[in-house]
Amino acid sequence: MFKRLAEAGAAVALTVDGKPVRAVSGDTVAAALLAAGIDHCRTTPVTGAPRAPYCLMGICFDCLVTIDGVGSRQACLVPVSEGMKVETQQGKREAGR
Amino acid sequence: MNAVDLASSYDLIVIGGGPAGLAAASLAARAGVSTVLFDENPGVGGQIYRGITSTPVTNRLILGEDYWAGEALANEAEASGAVVVNGATVWSLDPERVVGVSIAGKARLIEARRVIIATGSQERPFPIPGWTLPGVMTAGAAQTVLKAQGLLPDGRTVMAGTGPLMWLLAAQILRAGGKIEAILDTTPRRNFLRASPHLPDFVLSPYFAKGLALLREVKAKVPVRRVSSVAAVGDGKLREVVSDRGRMPADLLLLHQGVVPNVNLALAAGTAHAWNERQLCFQPVLDDHFESSVPGIAVAGDGAGIAGGTAAAERGRIAAIAAVRALKPAAAVPDPQSVRQRLRREEMGRAFLDWLHRPADSFRQPEGDTLACRCEEVTARQVRETADMGCEGPNQMKAFLRCGMGPCQGRLCGLTITELIAAQRKTTPAEVGYYRLRPPVKPITLAELASLPISEAERKAVER
Repeated sequence: MFKRLAEAGAAVALTVDGKPVRAVSGDTVAAALLAAGIDHCRTTPVTGAPRAPYCLMGICFDCLVTIDGVGSRQACLVPVSEGMKVETQQGKREAGR
Repeated sequence: MNAVDLASSYDLIVIGGGPAGLAAASLAARAGVSTVLFDENPGVGGQIYRGITSTPVTNRLILGEDYWAGEALANEAEASGAVVVNGATVWSLDPERVVGVSIAGKARLIEARRVIIATGSQERPFPIPGWTLPGVMTAGAAQTVLKAQGLLPDGRTVMAGTGPLMWLLAAQILRAGGKIEAILDTTPRRNFLRASPHLPDFVLSPYFAKGLALLREVKAKVPVRRVSSVAAVGDGKLREVVSDRGRMPADLLLLHQGVVPNVNLALAAGTAHAWNERQLCFQPVLDDHFESSVPGIAVAGDGAGIAGGTAAAERGRIAAIAAVRALKPAAAVPDPQSVRQRLRREEMGRAFLDWLHRPADSFRQPEGDTLACRCEEVTARQVRETADMGCEGPNQMKAFLRCGMGPCQGRLCGLTITELIAAQRKTTPAEVGYYRLRPPVKPITLAELASLPISEAERKAVER
């Protein structure tokens, strides 16, 4: 859905659901997911429908993901960092996260 | 800066680092008032100047001179002596001006003698069929990643909606070498009649020439169709956009129908709000200095009612002058009259834009299976039927349907729910009112709460 105009920042290596994803410093987690072509970041607790980032400004909460073990973080507000482990969220929240 | 490095109190806390917040914090700090600015994003600039200190989009023609005007504000704040903290989420503000803030997983309660809320605006909900599908985003979202990360829409991109931001984003995408398949203009034709009395002011305003140039630039490259319905269709992912003028395959649909004040924090602080019929939204009730109904708490910028980014900075300055005068009467401040004069000039032409781009009822008051509440997946039909059953307001609606009780805390359904109830019950949004909002206005973890410093007396009060 999106391509990078220019590779301005240094490369940052993340994993998303265990798979390596190459991001750029200055990316938020949500931007990195979009740039990597990951088409949804969670499924809803109510019907299991897939959701992707919608507003990218902290309003919609559709970009919730698990980051380094902490669940339901707003991917659009968290800058990427080297070695970060991102997991998409499926359905209802799991106990302990 | 980390939470532990913050002082326990400041003269002034500014919440939000867009134009209003930056201008307010700079002015106050330069007058010698101890000032801290909290902003949730990784860098200052708010939405309009998103990524202003870090954008990879270095060709200045792409984002345009109005974007780069934000550099001066960011530099001014940096040099002012104000403490600017990014990545700081404010989750509570009470009427005694105690601010709950989290930074890097640690929470603190910080006191202020004055608070300026500068949390700006958000895009108006655009509840059409399929608006939750991956591949459907707001125009503002695409603009955010263009500014901050240099990401450009790729694949078949369609835009739908009304308002200046949609045309600005289209121009920015085109200048960056992107492609837009079509723009579906949802501006109701009859709006021009209502707007026309305000045309003379608009012609004299700075918006006029810029607006015309933008329209010309975009229309030369993109087919524009006037539509009265829009739906996103796909199975798990956007496949096509359907309007009353036909269907077209699409990978990305960007929606926009104006912006509305981001009211969550101001409402949770207990400030009075009123319905604005021209802009179709709730906004805080403020005096000439942008002071709210709660003493010591002001709301500046688009959060005070939509007027745009340059007006936001002037409003921030006016609120800051009032704060400095209250805190440090002897301090030198800029002449408020000249600030007000600039503000009046910036506000000229607003009435025309508001009436012209007022979204049609059908795009604000959905029908049938269209989701009104994205988080709890509540349909328009459910809301309408529950209103018919006798449900009188949004808070009662929560109890019936859970709308507004998901993670976004009503940000993307509040106006829709209010308007649907008003429409079904043949009354007005002013009469129906809005969700009652309470802190925390952003989610925080128990670990963050547990990180709050505890005094000996507080510990003894609960220990046996």
